[in-house]
Amino acid sequence: MTGLIIEGKTASWEVICGLEIHCQIISKSKMFSGASTHYGSDANENVSFVDAGMPGMLPTLNERCVYQAVKTGLGLNAKINKYSEFARKNYFYADLPQGYQISQFKYPIVGEGHVTVDLSDGTTKDIGIERLHIEQDAGKSIHDMAPDKSFIDLNRAGVGLMEIVTKPDFRSPEEAGAFLRKLRSIVRYLGTCDGNMDEGSMRCDVNVSVRKVGEEGYRTRCEMKNVNSVKFVMQAIENEAKRHVEVYESGGNIEQETRQFDPSTGLTKVMRKKEFAHDYRYFPEPDLLPLVLDDDYIAKVKADMVELPDAKRARFVKELGLTAYDASVICENKETADFFEKAAQGHDAKKVANWLMGDFFAMLNEKKVELKDSPVSAENLGKLVELITSNVINGKTAKDVFAIMAETGGDPEKIVEEKGLKQVTDMGAIEAIVDEVIASAPDNVAAYKAGKNNLLGWFVGQVMKKTQGKANPAIVNKMIAEKLN
Amino acid sequence: MTKLTELTIAQAREALKKKEFSAVELTKAYIDEMNDKRKYNAYVFETPEKALTQAQKSDEKYANGTDGVLEGIPLGIKDLYCTKDIRATACSHILDGFEPQYESTVTSKLLNAGACFLGKLNMDEFAMGGSNETSYYGPAVNPWSKDVPLVAGGSSGGSAAAVAANMCAAATGTDTGGSIRQPSAFCGITGIKPTYGRCSRYGIIAFASSLDQAGPMCKDVRDCAIMLNVMSGYDAKDSTSAKVEVPNFEAFLNQDIKGLKIGIPAEYRPDGLNTEISALWDKGIEMLKARGAEIVNISLPHTKYALPTYYIIAPAEASSNLARYDGLRYGLRVNGEHLDNMYINSRTEGFGKEVKRRIMIGTYVLSAGYYDAYYLKAQKVRRLIRQDFINAFEKCDIILTPTSPVTAFPIGDKSMQENPINMWLNDVFTVSVNLAGLPAMSLPMGLSHDGLPLGLQLIGKAFDEGTIFKTASALEQDAAFRKGMK
Repeated sequence: MTGLIIEGKTASWEVICGLEIHCQIISKSKMFSGASTHYGSDANENVSFVDAGMPGMLPTLNERCVYQAVKTGLGLNAKINKYSEFARKNYFYADLPQGYQISQFKYPIVGEGHVTVDLSDGTTKDIGIERLHIEQDAGKSIHDMAPDKSFIDLNRAGVGLMEIVTKPDFRSPEEAGAFLRKLRSIVRYLGTCDGNMDEGSMRCDVNVSVRKVGEEGYRTRCEMKNVNSVKFVMQAIENEAKRHVEVYESGGNIEQETRQFDPSTGLTKVMRKKEFAHDYRYFPEPDLLPLVLDDDYIAKVKADMVELPDAKRARFVKELGLTAYDASVICENKETADFFEKAAQGHDAKKVANWLMGDFFAMLNEKKVELKDSPVSAENLGKLVELITSNVINGKTAKDVFAIMAETGGDPEKIVEEKGLKQVTDMGAIEAIVDEVIASAPDNVAAYKAGKNNLLGWFVGQVMKKTQGKANPAIVNKMIAEKLN
Repeated sequence: MTKLTELTIAQAREALKKKEFSAVELTKAYIDEMNDKRKYNAYVFETPEKALTQAQKSDEKYANGTDGVLEGIPLGIKDLYCTKDIRATACSHILDGFEPQYESTVTSKLLNAGACFLGKLNMDEFAMGGSNETSYYGPAVNPWSKDVPLVAGGSSGGSAAAVAANMCAAATGTDTGGSIRQPSAFCGITGIKPTYGRCSRYGIIAFASSLDQAGPMCKDVRDCAIMLNVMSGYDAKDSTSAKVEVPNFEAFLNQDIKGLKIGIPAEYRPDGLNTEISALWDKGIEMLKARGAEIVNISLPHTKYALPTYYIIAPAEASSNLARYDGLRYGLRVNGEHLDNMYINSRTEGFGKEVKRRIMIGTYVLSAGYYDAYYLKAQKVRRLIRQDFINAFEKCDIILTPTSPVTAFPIGDKSMQENPINMWLNDVFTVSVNLAGLPAMSLPMGLSHDGLPLGLQLIGKAFDEGTIFKTASALEQDAAFRKGMK
C-alpha cells in the first residue's frame, strides 16, 4: 500500500489523481502536412501553407502518426479502435493559425488499457488508461523578446501529439511518478516519443482531488497544466492535495479550476476559474474522413512491436538470473538493456549486471558521457567479466584494467596481456611465497595460533604484495589457513 | 458572323484548331467585352495581361500541335479560388490584398489544359448569400436587367453574369447550397454542381467543408461536360475527394433517353409555387415524356427540414473555417491594445453583416448545451434527407425539379434586406442536394412573362453526372433557350 493519507484535524484524507500526458509523436513530417518536425530549426523554417492556416488549405493525414499511435496503444495494453474520428477544437490564439486544433473527441483511436507500475514497497499496481487520442500541436508564442511585441514560431504547429488520459487511479505522488517513468520507458522502447519532459516532447496535466478515507465517489478536482518534470508532478500532487484538505477542513469548498504549478515554490495558483473555461465547440472535422483501421493493419503494427520493459525484465530474471531490482534498473532504458544483453552474451550475466550498475555507470557519470558514447564497449565489458570468471585476473586487477579501458577504450584481453596482469594460479609458486611469508613472521604466526584470527588477512596481504596482486586471493587464503592451522 | 465571344468552348476550340482566329484574338475579344460591360460588376480583379501572355503560349501550342483540351479558352475564375500570384479575397474585406502563393487544384487543372484566366469574379462574401449583394465589392448585376438592376443570384453571381454577358467563355463556380445553380438559373446559363468529392477542394477558400463543391458555369451543356472533365478527379491533397473514375461526360450528350425514369418529387410543388415556374416544370416533363422517358412520382419526405438543417450545418462549419481570418498573418489587420482587441477589431471591420450573422449562428449551434439540440440533430436529419434520395433513386434514374422558386429580383429588395430568412427561402430547391452530396445541374428552359430566365434542375445519383448530361442535352435541344436569346 503506497497511498498517501493526509491526516487532517477532522479526518484522514485520501489523495485522488489522474494524469493527461501529451506525447509528441516521433515522425519525420507533421501530422497533417508535409513540413518537417525537425527540432532546433530556425523559427518558422518548417511551416507549410497548411500549418500557417492559409486560405483554402486542407489537412491530409500522415499515416506514420497513426502507426505510432496504434503502436503506443498496443504498448499500453489498450483496445485499438478500428473506427475513430477527427474533431475540431475551436479557440483563438496567436500560435493556433487555423483557429482550431484538429484533435479527436468522441471517437479516439485508442480506448481503455492499463500500465503496471512497480512501487517502493515491492508491490505492483495497475493504472487504468482511459483513452489515447491523436491531435496536432500548436505553435509557440514568445513573449520575452521585446517589451511590446510577441513573436510566433510555427515550427511546432501541426506536429503530431498523442494525448494519453489515465483513470483517476493514483493515490499518491509516488504512484504518479512511477507511472510517468514507466510510460516514458514504454514510449522510448517503442520509438513513438522521445519522452523528454524538459524539452516539452512529453507534457503532463495533473488532476487532483481528495476525499475522506472510506468516502464514496469523487470530490471536485483541480487541473494543473503543463507540469514539466516527474519531480514537479509529484510535488504538485502533494501540495495541491494538502491545499484541498486545508480548504475543506477550514469549512471551505474547492471550486473546479485550472491552476498553474510554480516550480520555484512548488505551489499552485489559480489560472482560470470554471466560469471562464473555454467552450471548445468540438465537432467532427469535415476536411478529414473517419479513420478506419482493419485487422490486417493492426496485425502489421503488432508484428513490429518490440519487447517492452516488463517482458524484458521478467526474461532477465528468469533466464539470466538477475535480481528483480537489477533487472528493473537495467530495463528502464532500452539502450541500457540492449547494452547489457550484448555485454552479457556468453558471460556471467549477474556479474555483468553488477559491473554495469557499479563501476560502469559510475564511470559514465564521472565522465558525463551518454551510454552511446561510452569508451567501454559492451563486448569489452563482457570480456572483462569473462577474464574474472575464468580466473585470469582477480577482482582488484579488474578494476585497474577497467580504469585503463575507460581511458583508452582498449580491449581488456590485450591490456592484461600487455601489462602482464595475469593472475598467478601456479600452486607451487604461490606456496613458495606463502612459506616465505610465514617463515619471516614467527611472531605473527604465534599470535595467530593464540587466537588472533584476524591476522589471516595480514598474511594474505603480504603474499599479494609479493606477487604484485597477481595471485588468486582465494587460493592464497585457503593455503595460508591450511598451513597455520 | 457570330461574335467570337458568343462562341461556346466547343465552337471556339474547333475554330482555333482550324486557325480561323488565334487565341490572342479570342482573348482580346473577351477583354473588349469586359471593358464594355463593367456596369455588370462581374469581375472584381481583371488580369488581361496575364491572359494575353497565356493566349500567346496557346497559339504556339496550336502551331506545334501540343494543344490541350481547353487551349486558348478564356475563363473567369470565382474569387473563392486561390490563384497563384493573383489576388484571392472571397470578396471579403478581411482578405484585402491577399495573393496566394499556391494554385488551387481545379484552377491548376484548367491551366494545364491550356485555359487562360481573364480575372477573378464577383461573389457573395465567402460565398454566403444568394444574390451577390454581400460582396465587399458590391453586387454583380444581372445582364437580363431592363429598367431596374436585378441581382445575378449568388453566391456565384459574378460567374453567372460574366458567362451570360459573354465576358468569358465559361467560369468556375462553387456550390454550397445552390451557389452555382441558382445564379445560373437567374442569368439563363447552364451550371452543374458535381457529386461531393468529384472535384478537389484544395485551394478553394472554405465556406462549409462538407457541402462545398466546385463546378463549371457555361453557355451550354456540352461546355459543362468539357469543363467538368478537366476539373474533376481524385486529389491526394483533399482527403474528401473521391477515388472514382471520371467518365467522358461529353459521350453522354445526345444519348437516347427512351425508358429513362424521371422522378418528380411531390414536395417540390408546394402550395403557392410561382405558376410560371410550375408551368415550366410541366413543360420539361412533357418534353422528356415525348422522348420516351417514363415519369415517376416520387416523394422526398424530409424536404421541409432541408433549409433549417442546412442553415445549422453550413454556419457551424463556417464559424470554424473562418476562424483563421484573425488579422495575424495575411489580409486586413486592425490593431488593438491586446491580441483579443486586434481579433475583435480586425474581424469587426473585415467581415460583412451576413458573414457575421452566420458565424454567430454557427458558434451558437456548436456551443456546449446547444450542440445536441441543433448540430447533432441537424446531422441526423441530414442522414434522413440523404436516405430520402437513396429511396427515391430505387424508383427513378434522375430527378427533375425547378432550380429556384423565384426569378431574379431587384438589387436591394427590401423584404430580403430586412428579413434574411426571406433570402434564405430562395435556396429551398437546391440545399437538399448539397446535404445529400449529389450532383445537380441547372439549365435554362424559358423566360418569365417579364422576360427573365427560368431554370430547371436535374438531380442525379452520386457520381452519375452522366445521366444528368444525357437528360440535359435532350431538354436543351427541345427548349432551344439559347436560340431564343437576343
